[in-house]
Amino acid sequence: MKLLPLVWKNIWRRKIRTIFTLLSVFVAFLLYGILMTVRTSFTFGVEIAGLDRLVTIHKVSLIMPLPIAYKQKIQTTPGVTTVAHSSWFGGVYQDPKNFFAQMAVSPQEFFDIYTEFKIPPDQMKAFMGDRQGAIVGVDVAKRFGWKIGDKLPLTATIYQPRSGGKTWEFNIVGLYDGEDAVDKTQMFFHYDYLKENSRMGDGLVGWYIIKVADPSQSAQLAKTLDDMFANSQAETKTSSEKSFVEGFAKQIGDIGAIMIAIVTAVMFVLLLVAATTMAQSVRERTSELAVLKTLGFENGAIVGLVLAESLFIVLLGGCLGLGLAWLFVQGGDPTKGMLPIFMLPASNLVAGVALMIAMGLIAGALPAFSAMQLRITDALRRS
Amino acid sequence: MRALSQVFAVVALNFRTIPQRLGSSMVSIIGVAGVVIVLVSVLSIASGFAAAMQSSGSTSRALVMRSGADSEMTSGLGGPDVDIIKQAPGVARNGQTILASEELYVIIDLPRRSTPDAPANVPVRGIGAQAMAVRDEVSIVQGRMLQYGTNEVIVGRGAANQFVIDLDKDLKSGTNVWRVVGIFEADGGVAESEIWIDAHTLQGAYRRGNSYQSLLAKLDSTDSLKAFTDYLTTNPNLDVMVKQEKEYYAGQSTALVNLIQTIGFAIAFLMGIGAIFGAILTMYSAVAARSREIATLRALGFNATSVVLSVLTESMLLGALGGVIGGILAYVAFNGYQASTLNFQTFSQVAFAFRVTPQLLTTGIIYALLIGLVGGLFPAIKAARLPISKALREL
Repeated sequence: MKLLPLVWKNIWRRKIRTIFTLLSVFVAFLLYGILMTVRTSFTFGVEIAGLDRLVTIHKVSLIMPLPIAYKQKIQTTPGVTTVAHSSWFGGVYQDPKNFFAQMAVSPQEFFDIYTEFKIPPDQMKAFMGDRQGAIVGVDVAKRFGWKIGDKLPLTATIYQPRSGGKTWEFNIVGLYDGEDAVDKTQMFFHYDYLKENSRMGDGLVGWYIIKVADPSQSAQLAKTLDDMFANSQAETKTSSEKSFVEGFAKQIGDIGAIMIAIVTAVMFVLLLVAATTMAQSVRERTSELAVLKTLGFENGAIVGLVLAESLFIVLLGGCLGLGLAWLFVQGGDPTKGMLPIFMLPASNLVAGVALMIAMGLIAGALPAFSAMQLRITDALRRS
Repeated sequence: MRALSQVFAVVALNFRTIPQRLGSSMVSIIGVAGVVIVLVSVLSIASGFAAAMQSSGSTSRALVMRSGADSEMTSGLGGPDVDIIKQAPGVARNGQTILASEELYVIIDLPRRSTPDAPANVPVRGIGAQAMAVRDEVSIVQGRMLQYGTNEVIVGRGAANQFVIDLDKDLKSGTNVWRVVGIFEADGGVAESEIWIDAHTLQGAYRRGNSYQSLLAKLDSTDSLKAFTDYLTTNPNLDVMVKQEKEYYAGQSTALVNLIQTIGFAIAFLMGIGAIFGAILTMYSAVAARSREIATLRALGFNATSVVLSVLTESMLLGALGGVIGGILAYVAFNGYQASTLNFQTFSQVAFAFRVTPQLLTTGIIYALLIGLVGGLFPAIKAARLPISKALREL
């Protein structure tokens, strides 16, 4: 501990060099934080997908509808607590660029299952009492400046209104909020409204979400359900919500792998810069280290000195960079709700700090080792 | 002239001493190379996807969908409507045959070759009898054309590469079993990601009755689009819209291409700042190592400008070297890399190949030079300001 002032002095002996090394570490970890945020937003909230929830879709494809009659059959299957259904509406708000997801759901069951959507009770009550009512996420409401009481016209792409024209009218009666990892860019409305006002109302729904009583029996239950509908007009494929969301995220391509490849490239370049700088600064001090050794400093202390220096630089620059990334993420999604989730998970923060320590040690290792090997007589003679 | 020869002399001297500073020069080169690899490879994804979408579709074909539909996926056309549309003016004919194909567009879940456990949304197109005549660019490269009225399918080259589909094998989807009899190419366009089947077979399999989703018409000339469109949109019995096929596909690519390009440039910008710091460190240590040499030159009467220029040139040369190395590595590693992603408009997979184009490589090298220039600036000024007497006295 008493060597700390010496470490401090050494760090600042060449101010410009230290500052630039700090800055490059800072930028690298800023980039790390942002890339991990982007990566998380492309996983579509797989981390909070419930293990006690199953998703049943048509075996051929997600876009193929299932008969609404399946609801009763699923509900009465042992092990099923609640079953809700959901259908993709695909309406356009003013311009196709303003994309957000709208789902026609069986309202009571749907919100019973999705407890992570937080809705004030009075708004929920208003929703249940209004057939044209809609609940929208706070992020999408912010994106388009909607508030409770607004009328929301959407242009149909799939479901043509029975009344003619192309426009569906909804009343925004509630907003849902939730934790950071919850997608708050969706809109939910009554399936009954869709059914009654659509020219296509033929008793079909998009997919079913099932809450199971005992998550350890999920796999078995999924098989039971799929067997039940085997060889029918609409065969099903049931999987846990987690693997369903994961499978969907994989469709986009391996964004995660690309991000990690980029982070690796960045970290490698950074490590190279930091390590050469460290090595150079130790080389410049060869005679000083020799003097220290002459004075009786142990090898361990010398190694400690060098490592402490590199660790300090990486940790200071890294924490500042990661901190700024974190602050940036707290400021909210710059695309105003185009990304379904915008957060920097705590696990990535921890991994970042671990990465800093590892990099500090690696960058300092070579110069520390050569400092240890130093023979006093050679070193003193060199200058 | 003397000033110029001074500059050349100092720059040449500078270069000759680079080998002595190889270690720290490598830092700068590798740093810049890393940035260029990332920039070029990320942008090559966007350019590959854009190329696939843009080589799809022709200016001499028109796509008819229900008005309000944002893609073929959400569109729907009744059989009688299709018959009316086919009679519209402007549609090309071959003798008595009307060159138009009424089509269905659905997706099915098939495993990807790279991740067999996760299903991918593979598009299936039900084609009309004239589909091949309408699309000149499509040709069967393996096997044969499907026979209409059977359950035979042909598969695009990209789909066959990316998904578990094999020639002369059966393809199972739900209760349907289709026989793969051929593989086709379509100039690298989106069609190569699709599975094609007789529209009537698909109608039966999906209980679509006598309905379709879109109609692709070959126009007798590119100028006929307006007459064709006007005729259809003013017909009170129809509720359709018409798009030039090329514009339809180009419109589907803009969102994703913009997203990737924004991400690519943002990452490259931040990484570039890091690389600039690397370059600055390299050049500072180069100047420090040569401070006596520089002071000697100044004492001999070489002016400050030539010293500044020599440092800048060295820095930019290192940057350019890094840029070239990065560009070559990105080209070798990523050009032609086969991938597929989800096209959100149609909710279906598009297979495409990364493309490292000459423009991208130029962008990368310009960026590398810029990093070298900015990175060399401060060290160059420092070198020029070096107090001669003090520097000469150093060690």
